[in-house]
Amino acid sequence: AMEGGPGARIREGDCAVLKRDEVFKAVSVLRRRKIIFEKQWFYLDNAIGHIYGTTFEVTSGGNLQPKQEVEEATTDTKEAGTDNRNIVDDGKSQKLTHDDIKALKDKGIKGQEIVQQLIENSTTFRDKTEFAQDKYIKKKKKKYEAVITIVKPSTRILSTMYYAREPGKINHLRYDTLAQMLTLGNVHAGNKMIVMETCAGLVLGAVMERMGGYGSIIQMYPGGGPVRAATSCFGFPKPFFDNLHEFPLSKVQSLLSGTFTTETLPAEAEENALVEEESNGLSEEKQTSLQETEEPAPETLMEISPTEEQDTVDNNAEDVEFKENKEKENVREKQIKQWERRKKLKEAAALLREKNADGLIVASKFHPTPLLLSLLEFVAPSRPFVVYCQYKEPLLECYTKLRERGGVINLKLSETWLRNYQVLPDRSHPKLTMSGGGGYLLSGITVILEKGTSDSSSSEALKMEEPSSKRCKLQDLPC
Amino acid sequence: MSFVEYGDTIKDGDTAIVFLGHESMFPVKVQHGTVTQTKYGVIRHSTDLIGKRYGSKVICSKGGWVFILHPTPELWTMNLPHRTQILYSTDISIITMMLELKPGSIVCESGTGSGSLSHALIRTVAPSGHLYTVEFHQQRAQKARDEFREHGVEHLVTVTNQDVCKNGFGVSNIADAVFLDIPSPWEAIGHAKSALKAEGGRICSFSPCIEQVQRTCLAMEEYGFTEINTLEILLRVYNVRTVSLQIPDLGKAAEDNSSTGLDSSNPSHQGNPCANLQQGTVQFKSGVPLREVVGHTGYLTFATKS
Repeated sequence: AMEGGPGARIREGDCAVLKRDEVFKAVSVLRRRKIIFEKQWFYLDNAIGHIYGTTFEVTSGGNLQPKQEVEEATTDTKEAGTDNRNIVDDGKSQKLTHDDIKALKDKGIKGQEIVQQLIENSTTFRDKTEFAQDKYIKKKKKKYEAVITIVKPSTRILSTMYYAREPGKINHLRYDTLAQMLTLGNVHAGNKMIVMETCAGLVLGAVMERMGGYGSIIQMYPGGGPVRAATSCFGFPKPFFDNLHEFPLSKVQSLLSGTFTTETLPAEAEENALVEEESNGLSEEKQTSLQETEEPAPETLMEISPTEEQDTVDNNAEDVEFKENKEKENVREKQIKQWERRKKLKEAAALLREKNADGLIVASKFHPTPLLLSLLEFVAPSRPFVVYCQYKEPLLECYTKLRERGGVINLKLSETWLRNYQVLPDRSHPKLTMSGGGGYLLSGITVILEKGTSDSSSSEALKMEEPSSKRCKLQDLPC
Repeated sequence: MSFVEYGDTIKDGDTAIVFLGHESMFPVKVQHGTVTQTKYGVIRHSTDLIGKRYGSKVICSKGGWVFILHPTPELWTMNLPHRTQILYSTDISIITMMLELKPGSIVCESGTGSGSLSHALIRTVAPSGHLYTVEFHQQRAQKARDEFREHGVEHLVTVTNQDVCKNGFGVSNIADAVFLDIPSPWEAIGHAKSALKAEGGRICSFSPCIEQVQRTCLAMEEYGFTEINTLEILLRVYNVRTVSLQIPDLGKAAEDNSSTGLDSSNPSHQGNPCANLQQGTVQFKSGVPLREVVGHTGYLTFATKS
């Protein structure tokens, strides 16, 4: 029923995600644009019109062709050894040489057939155990069979992709931690949410997905503008942005003290975005400015690793007159834009002043304590808040400061561990590696803060902390 | 109030959460003329609750106080009456994300059990989605229906009393996602596939034992599901404590006070006002893991129908 649900078709201009095994890459679907993914190059032209979730094979000339489900042609009676006592690694078990394999590839022979040839030319294959044969085939398939699945972006896919490819850009926020945040924050349709993040807009996108265009979001941003590179990968429909507001962090204090004006806007986003080179994420303003300077298209912004991309630069001869006109246009556009920004800032300020937000989500590179102490002012009582931090120690301090402040209950400092499994007949076990760290969360619920009586709640906090710390002393320090 | 929409004030008929202190709370159905007993004394609904703001401090008859909280699926999960073993919020969050649920999603679930996951699913798919939940235990099915009505979400959920392994979900080709928490999920994979939209969707099965997972994965493969992936998520909660460690006496103190090499010996160090070498202790904040934690709930197996 919904746009972008399952069964949606791949259209030109869409934001899509390429998938090969467990590797993802976000791209925008454009004709005649070379994509490089997992050492393969190809064009997405032929994918247009197919249903999301379709698996394609890369054929010669970089064309994509939907992969037919082939029945595994393993009709010949299987032969396998029982153990590896007689298998010797002499480096000569494969009779095809590197040059032979390269020749096969150059001839444009299908990956599937190359794998078959490798098996036939392996002298040890038949002596390997059945399990080892499976493993061998899997490994070769991975190398020679170039299949790519094109999937619809979602929080699941984008958060997995970012954690694997660009963890630094999202402060190492692992996807299961993000999942906890959305649940602990009771993020759902109709909420009025405050989001403060420096995770390339991934957390914002996750919140937007869960709100489905119902309700409103106020994004608090540091510097000159919010970073939304990851947000743009979601491909949200336009109406989702109607109730997305933004407010500069540098104006929070003045808003709280009542001296807020829109006279001085924060530094222009264009300049700021340049400073924010490291983030690779770009505010909408910068996207526009790049388009104005005739960058090919927004997909360069979307590419998670632009280094992989071979830019097809169109070297149009520059028309001077055209450029002058364009400059005048730019000045006018800038004025309009500034006026619009001012108007939007006023709207966001008005929303915050109501101090009735339904939740607060913080996931940034900044120290969480000052953010929490200020931003909680805008949240209604009996609403959840969640703070992410890559490190535990700042959250310890934040916990203590929140206790002193009062107005919060049910404070919980937590972390999740994620373990993946290989499940195969007679070969099930946890995967060899697991992620060492996906960050920490501090969550709680706001209550009405009675001015002047916050002492009593902090004494309650001390009451709660003391017996256990005494217990700690006794346990840890017998003396 | 409803479980899918915040309200500001407490109204007659609401389900509210009475918060007594750390990890100590219970749900209460707000009714004119009713009283609720707590260890701090009585709460009179008509005067103490109705018309007050959610998040208010309520003074009970013995002078103690509690907070009254707006219900959420997470608070409900911590406080609901158990009719079965339930899923907790840690598993629920990864299920919700990996099934790609959002407003408008159509979800099938079995069994309904105590409705812990159901409330979270309904919250996420509202206002335009729907939950079809199947429970083979007649009494549990009825209890769940009653709760959904009380919580103002009955329009978002259909409870069917039948055996999902024999009769399926009672719907076909409409679901974006299916969730299974039953003893023999492999017997329901075929039904799950036909409940999902023809164009595809996501499935998740929760099982405590690896043998169950094994059979489920085989069934998923047999029915053509792809992206089969099994994982486990564990919650670690930390207590924030101030810990003191004693400084060992090596007989140096008399000789030189400032050469212990410890941070805290630096008088300019602001973070440790309590550090006191004279008394022979150093204090610091620590996140201390609980003495005993949940080590296993269940394996979660996800897959895609495409």
